[in-house]
Amino acid sequence: MLAYTLKRSLVALMILIVVSALTFSLSHLATDPALTIAGENANQEDIEAIRKMYGFDRPVHVQYISWATRALAGDFGVSYHYREPVSDMIAGRIGTTMTLGCSAILFALIISIPLGTVAAIRPNSFIDRVALFFAVIGQALPTFWFALMMIIVLGVWWRWLPISGNTSWQHFVMPTIALGYYATPALMRLTRAGMIEVLASDYIRTARAKGLRPWKVLFKHALRNAIIPVVSLAAVWFGFMLGGSIVIETIFNLKGIGWLSYDALLRSDLPVVQAIVLIFASFYVVLTLVADLLNAYLDPRISVR
Amino acid sequence: MTLKKLALVAATAAALATGPAYAGKSDDSLVVAWGATGALENVDNYFNSARVGIWFSRMVWDQLVYRDPATFEYKPLLATSWEQTSPTSWRFKLREGVKFHNGEPFDADDVVYTLNWISKPENGVKVQTNVNWIDKAEKVDQYTVDVHMKKPFPQAFEFLSGPITIYPNEYYAKVGPEGMHKAPVGTGPMKVVSVKTAEEYVFARNDDYTWGSPKGKAQTKKIVVREIADVQTQVAELLAGGIDWTADISVDHVEQIGGVPGFKALQSGTMRTGYIGLDAAGKGNFEPTKNLKVRQAMAMAIDRESLVKNLIKGDARVIHTPCYPTQFGCDQNAAVKWEFNPEKAKQLLAEAGYPNGFEIDFYTYRPADWAEAVMGDLAKVGIKAKLTRLPYFALRDKQRNEGTTPMFLMDWGSFSMNDASAITSHFFKKGADDFAMDDEVAAWLETADTSTDPAVRKENYAKAIKKITEQVYWIPMFNHVRNYAFAEALDFTAYEDEIPRLWQYGWK
Repeated sequence: MLAYTLKRSLVALMILIVVSALTFSLSHLATDPALTIAGENANQEDIEAIRKMYGFDRPVHVQYISWATRALAGDFGVSYHYREPVSDMIAGRIGTTMTLGCSAILFALIISIPLGTVAAIRPNSFIDRVALFFAVIGQALPTFWFALMMIIVLGVWWRWLPISGNTSWQHFVMPTIALGYYATPALMRLTRAGMIEVLASDYIRTARAKGLRPWKVLFKHALRNAIIPVVSLAAVWFGFMLGGSIVIETIFNLKGIGWLSYDALLRSDLPVVQAIVLIFASFYVVLTLVADLLNAYLDPRISVR
Repeated sequence: MTLKKLALVAATAAALATGPAYAGKSDDSLVVAWGATGALENVDNYFNSARVGIWFSRMVWDQLVYRDPATFEYKPLLATSWEQTSPTSWRFKLREGVKFHNGEPFDADDVVYTLNWISKPENGVKVQTNVNWIDKAEKVDQYTVDVHMKKPFPQAFEFLSGPITIYPNEYYAKVGPEGMHKAPVGTGPMKVVSVKTAEEYVFARNDDYTWGSPKGKAQTKKIVVREIADVQTQVAELLAGGIDWTADISVDHVEQIGGVPGFKALQSGTMRTGYIGLDAAGKGNFEPTKNLKVRQAMAMAIDRESLVKNLIKGDARVIHTPCYPTQFGCDQNAAVKWEFNPEKAKQLLAEAGYPNGFEIDFYTYRPADWAEAVMGDLAKVGIKAKLTRLPYFALRDKQRNEGTTPMFLMDWGSFSMNDASAITSHFFKKGADDFAMDDEVAAWLETADTSTDPAVRKENYAKAIKKITEQVYWIPMFNHVRNYAFAEALDFTAYEDEIPRLWQYGWK
C-alpha cells in the first residue's frame, strides 16, 4: 500500500508540473501582459518600461521558474487588473466555490445513489424507466438553460428564492440544483449498473439464503461493493464542479473562483489565470489521488495489481 | 429563436403573471445593477478606466467645473469662477463652505494636492492622457488656485469637468489609492458606506450637499450598486424586484421589457461612435485595404441607413465623421460623405484590380448581427468577409501587438469628452491604435490639439476630417444607443454623454 501511495503521489506531482508549465508558456504566447498592464492609453515607451519593470523581457522559461518558485511559497503575484495579491483574491472567493461544489456533489449523490439502487432492484420496471427518464433529461439539458428556467420559475414567477448573490444559504439552492443535477445521470447509471451486477453475484444469493433482512443485504453487502466506481466518478465530478462552475457562478452571480477565472480570462489577467488553473489542476489531481487511495482501501486487490 | 431568447420571453411572461415588485421603492433607496462589461477593478477615480468608474465617480466626487449634460456648457461647481492668466495658465476662485464626507473642509490645498499628485507619472494614474497635460497647481490664497499646463491645452475644461475630481488632501496623503478604494471620500452627493470589490457598493445621501451644486441633492436615501455580469440575470432580477435599474441590456430586452406592466425600457443615443477601421497603413501586410479605391468601394457597399434602422434602432443615426457631431471641431461639412451605391462600389473594385472581390478577415467585439449585416452588404459586391469575434481586450491586444486586423468594427466613447481631440486625435496621431499612419493628418491634429485659438483648432480638425474621410481610413458608422430598463415608478433621465446621474433618480 505504501509503495502504491508513493507511486500515485509522484505521478500526481508530475502532472501538476506539466500543467503549470503549459499554462504559463501558452498564456504568455497568447497575450502580451505588458500591454494589459499598460492600459488603454499607453504609448510604446510606457509599454517597454513595464516590460522591463515586470521582467517580461526575460526568456519564458526563466520567468516560469521564478513564478513557480514563488508559487510554491503561496505567492502567486499581483493581479494586473485589480492590483491585489492573487492569493488574497483566491482566498476571498474560494469559500463560495467550495460551498457550491460540496453542496452540488452532495445533492448529486443524495439523488443518484438511492435512485440508482431502486432502479437496480427492479430493472426495466416502471420505476427504472422513470429513473432513466430523469437521468436523460439531466444529461440533455444545457446547464445554463436549466439554470435560467429555474430562475424564471422559482425566482421571477413564484419569488421563492433569491436569484443572484451569495449572502444567505437560500442563494445557494438554485445553483446547487443546477450544478448537481448535471452530474446526477452519470452517477445514477453507474450505481444502477454496479448494483445490478453485484445483486446477481453469488455472495448476495448466499446472504439472502441465510435469511438476512433485504435492506441489510442491499445496503451492507451490495451497495458497499457497487459504490466503489461511484466514489471514483464522484471525485472526478467534484473536481469538475469546482473548476466547471464558471457558467453557474456567472448566471447566479456567485463571485467565486469560477467567476474570477471568467473575469481574468476576459482581461488577460495572467497571474490570476495561472494561479486558478494550477489550483484547479491540484484539486483534480488530489481528488483523483484520494479516490485511487480510497478505492485501494475499499478493495485491497487494487493496490496489489 | 435561441434558448436564451426563449428564456427571456418566459421571464417576461412570468413577470406579467405576477405583477411588478420594486427593490428599493419601499425604503426610499435605489438598487441598480451594472457589470456586464466586467467588474470595476478599483473605485479610486484615478485607478480605473471603466465606463462604470465614471458613473461611480460622479456620485462621490465633484470637479472644479460642471459641464451641463444637456447643453454642454461649463458652469461653476467647486470653482465659482475662472480666468485665463496666460496661454498656459488658468486662475480658479474656489467655493467656500464645502465639506468632504469625512468633515475635512474643502479649500485650495485640496485642489493643489490633487492636481500635483495625479500629474506625477510615478504615481501611476491609469489613464495618463487625462492628467499628463497638467504642469502644476499653485495656491494663491485659501480659495484661489493657479493651474499651469505644460503647453497650451484648449481641451483642459473637458478634463476639469470630467475625469479630474478633487480629493481631500489630508485623507489621500494618509491612505493613498489603496485606502481610497476601500473607503472613498469626496464632496459629492452620495457618501460611500461600503465597497465590496466586484460585488456591491452601498451609498448614503450626503445631507451636507446643500451649497447649491448644479448636480442637485440626492433623491433617494440610499443607493446600492450590484455587480452582475450576466445580462439575463440582471433582467430576471429587475422583473423579480431584485434591482430597479440597469443599462446593460440589448435591443431584444428593450422590446420584451417594454411590454411588461410596471417596467420601462428605452434606447437613448450616446456619443459613442461606431466605425469600421481599415488597415490602410498595411500594418498587417494585407494588400487590398492599402488601396484607396478598395476602401472607397467598401464605404459605398455598406448600407448604413438600413443597418441603423433595422438593427441599432432607438435614436441612433448614421455618422459621417471620425468624431461625434456635438464634439468641438467635428465639422460635419468637412467630411466626404459616402453614399450607399453598390454598383459604383463594384466598378471601383474592378478599377482597383479586384473585379471578383477578395477575402478579408473582419473583427469585432460587438453583436454578431451587426457584423453580419455589414458582411451581407460586402458580399453583394464580391467581398467575402470572415468574421472573428473576440472580447474587447483580446481584440485590442491583437490590434496593437500584431496589427493583423485588416478590417474591424469597433467604437469609441471619447470618455464622454465633447471635443474631437478625444477621438480623432486618439486614432490618427500615429499612436498604437492608428491604422492610417498619415503624417499630414497627425500634424494637423497636433496643431488643433494645442492651439488656444478656436478658429485655428476648427480649421485643422476640419482638414484632418476631410482627409480621413476622403481616404476612407475609417468608415464612420453610427452613434450607439444605450439601452436602459427600469422600474416605471423611477424618475429616470438618460443623457447623451452616457453617464447616468444615479443620485438624481427618485421615486414618483
